[in-house]
Amino acid sequence: MSRIRMAMLLFVASEAVFFIMLIIAYVVYHATSPSAADASRYLDIQRTGVFTACLFSSSLTMWRAGINFRTGRRRAALVWLLATIALGTAFLAGQGTEYASMIRENVIISRDLFGTTFFTLTGFHGLHVFIGLIMLGTLFGTGLRRDAVSRPEAVEGITIYWHFVDAVWAVIFPVVYLWVLR
Amino acid sequence: MNNESRAPGNAGSIFEAGEYKGLLSWLSSVDHKQIGIMYFVTSLFFFLVGVSLAMVMRTQLIKPDHHWLSPETYNQVFSMHGTTMVFLAIMPMLIAFMVYFTPLMIGARDVAFPRMNALSYWLYLMGGLLLYFGFFTGGNLAEGWSAYAPLTSSNYTKSLYLTGTGVDYWIIGILLSGAGTIMTAINILVTVAGLRAPSMKLTRIPLFVWMSSVNAVLMLLALPALNAALVMLYLDRHLNALFFNTAGGGKPLLWEHYFWFFGHPEVYILILPGFGIVSEVIPVFSRKPIFGYAFMAIATVAIGFLSMGVWAHHMLATGMNFTVYYVFALATMLIAIPTGVKIFNWIATMWGGSISFDTAMLFCIAFIIQFTVGGLSGVAFATVPIDWALTHSHFVVAHFHYTLLGGTVFTLMAGFYYWFPKITGRMLSEKLGKIQFWLMVTGFNGAFFPLFFEGLEGMPRRVYTYPNLPYLAGLNLLASLSAYVLALGILVFFVNLIVSLRKGKPAGDNPWGGWTLEWATSSPPPPHNFDRIPPVRSIRPLLDLEKAGRSTDAAVEASPEEGNG
Repeated sequence: MSRIRMAMLLFVASEAVFFIMLIIAYVVYHATSPSAADASRYLDIQRTGVFTACLFSSSLTMWRAGINFRTGRRRAALVWLLATIALGTAFLAGQGTEYASMIRENVIISRDLFGTTFFTLTGFHGLHVFIGLIMLGTLFGTGLRRDAVSRPEAVEGITIYWHFVDAVWAVIFPVVYLWVLR
Repeated sequence: MNNESRAPGNAGSIFEAGEYKGLLSWLSSVDHKQIGIMYFVTSLFFFLVGVSLAMVMRTQLIKPDHHWLSPETYNQVFSMHGTTMVFLAIMPMLIAFMVYFTPLMIGARDVAFPRMNALSYWLYLMGGLLLYFGFFTGGNLAEGWSAYAPLTSSNYTKSLYLTGTGVDYWIIGILLSGAGTIMTAINILVTVAGLRAPSMKLTRIPLFVWMSSVNAVLMLLALPALNAALVMLYLDRHLNALFFNTAGGGKPLLWEHYFWFFGHPEVYILILPGFGIVSEVIPVFSRKPIFGYAFMAIATVAIGFLSMGVWAHHMLATGMNFTVYYVFALATMLIAIPTGVKIFNWIATMWGGSISFDTAMLFCIAFIIQFTVGGLSGVAFATVPIDWALTHSHFVVAHFHYTLLGGTVFTLMAGFYYWFPKITGRMLSEKLGKIQFWLMVTGFNGAFFPLFFEGLEGMPRRVYTYPNLPYLAGLNLLASLSAYVLALGILVFFVNLIVSLRKGKPAGDNPWGGWTLEWATSSPPPPHNFDRIPPVRSIRPLLDLEKAGRSTDAAVEASPEEGNG
């Protein structure tokens, strides 16, 4: 196992504990708070479902990008990478509009426990997506240079991180959005 | 013994080694030895600050109805004493040993990610300074090192302590240094997994490295729980989130769960590398291999697992239901078993050995006895009714100081006396060492054994003064005077460090006759650590080398890039 791969897996394990804590906070308060019933009124499951599909498919494109980087097809890899960045950006844009519409209805972090836990959990996930996009952008930028020294382990590390961000959403989406469907 | 390994121009003292010259060589360093030394110096500085705060507390408690400090000041003093000792002194001092010696003991050139290692250190330093900056903003954390919400989250802080921004600096300082610690954990694990000398199997790595690795796993998985709690607290304070706001339906118990889910692994983070130091020192000074190497390693892993499942024993008085109490009481008693295995293994290692009572060994022996007292009082606490009677009393203070001060700090002292020659090329003075040892043993036991009785008498902790009830005045006077003796011992230690650094006896490569790889190179080690790495055929590679007739022909060329991972 390469050093970068192991380091990234360990980092992801550490981050997983962080997210588990935020998810537990959401679940505990959702199960006990009277404001939980409100959640269904503010969450647009179908629209978020579409953006969720964007994020999930970005894992597939990232996987393709990795394969092309490994086999030395730089141009194809960059196209797949660009697709990943576009899908990730679409997800963030979706989250932004969702936040905007909720804030217009005065659903904010200090309103009730739903607001507190929802914005903290999805906000930290969004932050991680954003950091991932910075990494992908850097990878794209260095990949553009024809003479760029290819570092397969860097691609591997960023891929692991991106899949992790995806996997966290695979937990958050059912817990936050599908739970309110009763 | 292996003079060939000395690098040219490295004349055997840290002051003559070219790589340590000039401020820039330190500021820009990515060498694990230099970063280790910076960790040592910084953590020793914070240790001194923590000791000073402790002396302020003991002076305040020296007599009943003493009004030297205001309650507000006293609250900040004990909160910062705890925070400083846990986050800025003891943990980084253990990390210093881990960062300095892990690569040397496994025959590596450096840690896996040297630049990240430097980042860890600077995050720790800046986090520590930021934490103390709180004092200049009108008042620091005053709710104890566990910073229970909602005391720390609501306007309560702001009204009681004027500005209350100290808690914000505390949160950010701990987050920063915690991020550095997580990076160190990753670094240590990848180093041990991938950079071991070619023939060093996992069954041959020194126990210190075993325990540091388990420690790294704990840091990796426990600290993010604290970070999550800190982030929630910060959101409560600044965006009026409701996590811990009871009026809005929030639960203060959530903070306690999260904090102690971090906090209990943390107390093992604070002792495991110490166990590792003892496991290195006792065999060398008993001239015997460690008894039960495999059991030691397995017991460490067991402690690591169990430490994740005992956190609620810090919360036995919070009114959760009895099933929860029983589960956590049982888990807590279970964890005493692997710890007990270690104690017996150390004693069995000494049994029948030819023990030499050098200062490092004396600290180990005192550690075993004092840690047993601390551990047994901990098992007593796992019994729910005892916890109900004694929680938040001075009995608790006595208990965890027997584990952290009588335990960890004593192992750290053993580590300093054992490895100072390797780090600096000079021996620490044994004469001053023995004076320090006896001052510390009498001072420590005199300062903390009375606290068991004060607790039984019902004296609460974290209260700035006490009425003149029977026994309390005498016990507290004894504790305070002994604390001064303890501080004097620590002062002797610092004098010894400074004097021996300049005037200490030259150490040579292997002054103690150690068997692990760090003794195979020069003191201080050259920048690349090893010219040649001896073959590793057992847990005592240097002994094998000696038996082979001091033959260096068998030594293989240093090739740290070819790991086993």
